[in-house]
Formats: sequence, C-alpha cells, structure tokens
Amino acid sequence: MTRLLPYPLLALSLLVMWLLLNGISAGHVVLGVIVALAASRLMAALQPEKPSLKRWSRIPRLVLLVMADIARSNIAVAHIILRGGHGKGVAGFVVIPLELRDRTALAILACIISSTPGTAWVEYHPGSGRLRIHVLDLVEEQYWIDQIKRRYESLLLEIFE
Amino acid sequence: MNADLPVWAALLVAFFLILGSGLTLIGAIGAVRLKSFYQRVHAPTLGTTWGTGGILIASMIFFSVTKERLVLHEVLIAAFVTVTTPVTLMLLARAALYRDRSEGVVDTPGFDGPPEDDALD
Repeated sequence: MTRLLPYPLLALSLLVMWLLLNGISAGHVVLGVIVALAASRLMAALQPEKPSLKRWSRIPRLVLLVMADIARSNIAVAHIILRGGHGKGVAGFVVIPLELRDRTALAILACIISSTPGTAWVEYHPGSGRLRIHVLDLVEEQYWIDQIKRRYESLLLEIFE
Repeated sequence: MNADLPVWAALLVAFFLILGSGLTLIGAIGAVRLKSFYQRVHAPTLGTTWGTGGILIASMIFFSVTKERLVLHEVLIAAFVTVTTPVTLMLLARAALYRDRSEGVVDTPGFDGPPEDDALD
C-alpha cells in the first residue's frame, strides 16, 4: 500500500483535479489514476518530509473559521481603503513566537495569514520560531499575537502534531 | 444565451459578480491610495480572496444553470490562487524589508541580532 501509494492525499487530489478539468467519465477516471500514480512515484523520488495528519476532524472547522475571518477582514480593509487609509490604529509589524514546527503546517499558516486582508507574512526565523507579520490596522500587538496563536496555531497544532 | 437563464439565477450571478469585481476594484484603489509599501501590500489581497471568490461563484452558477450540469472546475482556480499568493507576497515583503534595512529606513532588526524583548515569551 505504501509502496504503491506513498502519498495518498496527493494522488487523490490529482485525480479530483483531473476529473474536474476533463469531466467525469470512465476513460478519464482510468487516465486520472495513471497520472496520479505516476506523479506519486515522482514525488517519492524527491523524498519530501511526509506530513502526518493526526486529527482530520478538525480540518472543516479550520476551513470555516478561515473563510469567515477572510470575509470579515475583507470588509474591514475595504472600509479602511475607502476612508483614505486610516483605521483605528496604525500600520506596523508584530513579532509572534510560534510553537508550530511542522513544515506543512507552517505553509498552511502562511497561506492563511497572507490570504487574510490586513495581515501579511513578512519573515520567519526557523531557529527561534519567531514570525514577523505586518498588520494594516494595529491597535494592540497582544491582540494579534492572541489572534494568530489561539485561532489558527492551536488548531494547526491539533491537526499536525 | 440570455433567454434560458432564469431570473433567480441572473440575480444571484449579478450579485456575486458585482461583489467580486467591487472588492477587486476597492483593492486596486487601495494599491494607489495607501501610503507606505507595507500598507499597499494588503490591498490586492481583497482581489485574491473574495474578489476572485465572488466572480468564481458567479461563474459556477451561470455555467451550471445554462449547461444544466454541475460546473465546478472554478474551485481549482480558487485553490491555486490561494496557494500561490503567499509566494508573491513573501517575496515582495522580504525584498522591501531587505531594501529598507540596508538603507536604514525601518526600525525592524533582523532575527540574527540580539532578541527583541517583545519576542521573548
């Protein structure tokens, strides 16, 4: 099983992508499976660190939370822009000490922070686990540290570690 | 083509199209109006999240109704935009930070130096 399918998630997502692009038919299922298996073999040759998912049940919650937060901050940032660039606070950098070390989890956190309008991932130091982000409407640093750590990092820690 | 689109679908499509393109427009205005580079970096994310999202939802509804089958491949566009946005954003932000540090403009010491007090937790 592991030899044939070293990365089951990757193979499955490739198959889904193939079917979405080409339409669902028996022929395309066969072709998609061939593509997915071949790509898995290639990926195995690259030998990346395999992400280990511990709690699948938390993923839908994270997705919903992130989508709601993105919708909310879309509105907030649109307000700031329309008012001429002034929110309640000032724009500034915040340093967040992270406990997250898993590379896949960090990549997902980067997607979340960059996709949310109003926060931008600036740099991360792997040695000390410190992350610097830029916040558009910075009222209080501690608010953003709590926001990232409690809302996203704790869920990602549950999912990956 | 327009004749076989029922009113409820037309309304939904119009709503999501205007939502998506409106947010993208606001993002573009922000890229012009905001003052510093780091502030401007936030503006285009309106377009890459619900801006794209609204237009893609409108597209899914329109083609699902007119072709009378579920059209979902727009989901792939959303997934790829979400996964690739951080790459550009990080590259731009780090390039700007590198420039500002070497010119001594911003007061953000690198992580290699003595640890900042606020970071020790």
